[in-house]
Amino acid sequence: MTPLLQVSDVSKFYGHRIGCKDVSFNLYPGEVMGIVGESGSGKSTLLNCLAGHLTPDTGAVQFDTRTDGLRDTVTMSEPERRMLSRTDWAFVHQHACDGLRMNVSAGGNVGERLMAVNARHYGDIRDKATDWLGRVEISADRIDDRPTAFSGGMQQRLQIARNLVTGPRLVFMDEPTGGLDVSVQARLLDLLRGLVREMNLSAIIVTHDLAVVRLLADRLMVMKDGHVVETGLTDQVLDDPQHAYTQLLVSSVLQV
Amino acid sequence: MIHVENVSKSFTLHNQGAAVIPVMQSASLSVQPGECVALVGESGAGKSTLMRMIYGNYLAAAGRLMVGDVDVAQAQPREILQLRKHTLGYVSQFLRVVPRVPTLDVVAEPLLTTGTPLDQAHAQAEILLARLNIPKRLWSLSPTTFSGGEQQRVNIARGFAYPYPALLLDEPTASLDPTNRATVLDMIQEAKARGAAIIGIFHDAAARDVICDRSLDVTEFTPKAAA
Repeated sequence: MTPLLQVSDVSKFYGHRIGCKDVSFNLYPGEVMGIVGESGSGKSTLLNCLAGHLTPDTGAVQFDTRTDGLRDTVTMSEPERRMLSRTDWAFVHQHACDGLRMNVSAGGNVGERLMAVNARHYGDIRDKATDWLGRVEISADRIDDRPTAFSGGMQQRLQIARNLVTGPRLVFMDEPTGGLDVSVQARLLDLLRGLVREMNLSAIIVTHDLAVVRLLADRLMVMKDGHVVETGLTDQVLDDPQHAYTQLLVSSVLQV
Repeated sequence: MIHVENVSKSFTLHNQGAAVIPVMQSASLSVQPGECVALVGESGAGKSTLMRMIYGNYLAAAGRLMVGDVDVAQAQPREILQLRKHTLGYVSQFLRVVPRVPTLDVVAEPLLTTGTPLDQAHAQAEILLARLNIPKRLWSLSPTTFSGGEQQRVNIARGFAYPYPALLLDEPTASLDPTNRATVLDMIQEAKARGAAIIGIFHDAAARDVICDRSLDVTEFTPKAAA
């Protein structure tokens, strides 16, 4: 089976400081991979390199495109990369305000993504937006409200609807449940799990919440100081950590 | 179906003076389809460790862990994920689920991940929950608030939802009343009858005698230095 994403030796430096170094992995369709590590360990740098927001200094990020098979997204042209980010990729930001247009209605936020892939029929766009608001449990009578009138959890769910409406194949998430209260987190996790299963989505989730990765991710990658120190099945890495840093991380979690 | 050869395991605690604790040495065992083998030995002898290694939850230090034609000790994460989806079921002692998800969905999940349509998966989950005497009014509630015995039965229902050819059971009857215990024993018998290879840990000796074809004392795999 061809991997959906094939990452080889990706490094990114900020001057002489390491962002992330020599990261390689394959991600297969339907797989969810978690990336954990403390602040400054290079998680977000890596995610941004993979999603085309940052250009890595070395290495290749090959994506299995629908028409031409594996293509290196680092060397492809800007328009091609932008096309991919509209059709095949989605990026869920930690802060919903980075991923939403705060002064456009909820329906407009979802519809904009559809129009970017050439949907033009107003009725169809509105119907699809209504359908997706329903899927993320936002009631249809809020479709004309702006995200500024939504709670944090609703904004995050709207961001997910906006990102998934075009049926992407790969979703990048940067702390998708960070900053949400725990009752909203649980609902969001269940929603994401269902969507991953129904749409056979692949996802890369950056978080520092080990409980979130245990429930959401199939595989786990642990980063420290820009390096990957351990990878494996999520439950294996959490229950039988091999590296000193992972052992410290796992044993430091507070019990409720 | 399950062949374990010369498996050893030790834990290295890097943050506690790099203490190395050898826990298992040259463990071997073989389970045929339709056979049930009990792991016995006192607490700490390594019963759960061996079972967790077979499930891929713990990394084996050496040896081969064949489940069907996959060597869990060498396999890539995605091969183990496929194995867990279609071949290898595990009923642990603890229920670990997303909070606030209804019990019915928790039990139906193994079926949904293998592509069973929602209504069929729910129908199967209802049959299992009814059989295990989980009151119907609880089905729409999250199992995180259930009693210990109820949680264990939800866990069992989940483990038996999909007809796995290989099953690992960690104390499936530990906190059950006699009626439910009998039901669970029946379910294990049925799994054996359809050809599942089963490895179980039962502190309940009577249950072990009824269900298991033979017992294996894991104490013989305990490294001598640690014993």
